[in-house]
Amino acid sequence: MIDAPEPILSAHGIHKSFGRTVALRGAALELRPGECVAITGPSGSGKSTLLHCLAGVLLPDSGVVTFRGARLDGLGVDERTRLRRISFGLVLQFGQLVPELTALENVALPLLLEGRRRPDAAAVAAQWLERLEVGQLATTRPTAMSGGEAQRVAIARALVTSPDIVFADEPTGALDTVTGELALDVLVKATRETEAALVLVTHDNRVAAVADREVVLRDGAVEPGPGDPA
Amino acid sequence: MVYTCTMSLGSVLLGVLAAGPAHGYDLKRAHDGRFPAARPLAYGQVYATLARLERDGLVEQVETRQHAGPERTVYALTASGRDELRRWLAETEQPGPYAADELVRKTITALHTGADSVDFLRRQRAVHLEAMRALTRERAAAAEPGTRIALDHTLAHLDADLRWLEETRERIAQDGTTR
Ligand SMILES: Nc1ncnc2c1ncn2[C@@H]1O[C@H](COP(=O)(O)OP(=O)(O)OP(=O)(O)O)[C@@H](O)[C@H]1O
Ligand SMILES: [Mg+2]
Repeated sequence: MIDAPEPILSAHGIHKSFGRTVALRGAALELRPGECVAITGPSGSGKSTLLHCLAGVLLPDSGVVTFRGARLDGLGVDERTRLRRISFGLVLQFGQLVPELTALENVALPLLLEGRRRPDAAAVAAQWLERLEVGQLATTRPTAMSGGEAQRVAIARALVTSPDIVFADEPTGALDTVTGELALDVLVKATRETEAALVLVTHDNRVAAVADREVVLRDGAVEPGPGDPA
Repeated sequence: MVYTCTMSLGSVLLGVLAAGPAHGYDLKRAHDGRFPAARPLAYGQVYATLARLERDGLVEQVETRQHAGPERTVYALTASGRDELRRWLAETEQPGPYAADELVRKTITALHTGADSVDFLRRQRAVHLEAMRALTRERAAAAEPGTRIALDHTLAHLDADLRWLEETRERIAQDGTTR
């Protein structure tokens, strides 16, 4: 048997509660480099919470998330922020662009925060806008964009640092079928081209079918696969 | 797609011939290209259907071509074939009945017999999603918009099945019963 490559990200025994609400009870997931995984499950099953724990946005109450072998909870706040900014890209369902900034400034932001020089950051950001076919929106602010356009800009921003992993929570959720399909296409195509892994949270089976495999959450834990014992 | 009603395949072939005269091999290729999710046509089916269409005066033999290969008869639509095609396209289709679907029969029977329906539903979801994955890849590679539209129909139905399977899971969980 050929050994599968080492996971780039792994999570084990993840528990997370909000007050009395238990969102995750022992969730686990392993992600291999370049792989595309869909996280599905009923509303309230803990999909977004798991995505946030994987991406280091939330720290679990217990359990371990490791990225390239390093525990996220072992990193300092600054290190974790850098990791999120450089190695991870995040695409969320709604309003994640900074409303006061133009599309170009939004996309350039992660690079500027990393200390890249302004002309350099702007040039890279412009390339990504072109690649996602929204180059004409460079000087437009988010309030003047359609949902589909804003989502493309958000995808450009998530990819601008060439992350190892892109996390997307319902990336097509607010869009109609055709616009959503186009946004999903560019997200999948761009992550394939840059060999980034992609974690897609979705309740849409058509979106889940784009992924290489599916992880089903139910009541805060991963449901066993069809071959596994229940 | 399986043609339980032979009339339907006849109408589909009339539709292909509307683009111009063709021989049996062309018809099979055009059919399989238009309906990528369907079972490929067997030549026997094509020739049997053409014979029936010819008997009914809907198509006629226009020439016999011989290139390098075997002799091939070229068929064309007749005026009444064109009328028949127009009539077929104008008629709406009866929706369903999907309740006759084996998936529905099995799921309902599992619920009534108290078999492990949750496990069945879980495994069925995996099979359905795998089929959707394969069609999604095929769709991404398809050059023709018509091919993508035909695949969309199959995908939409698999999606509807999956949503029904998931709803069934939720109802079983809520009722705490498999009956
Ligand atoms: N910040 C929070 N404060 C309080 N409760 C929360 C918070 N975030 C999530 N929860 C609760 O945790 C549970 C899991 O929520 P989560 O958002 O992860 O579910 P989900 O699977 O993403 O659902 P949906 O499909 O509706 O987006 C829910 O009961 C939710 O109400
Ligand atoms: Mg959510």
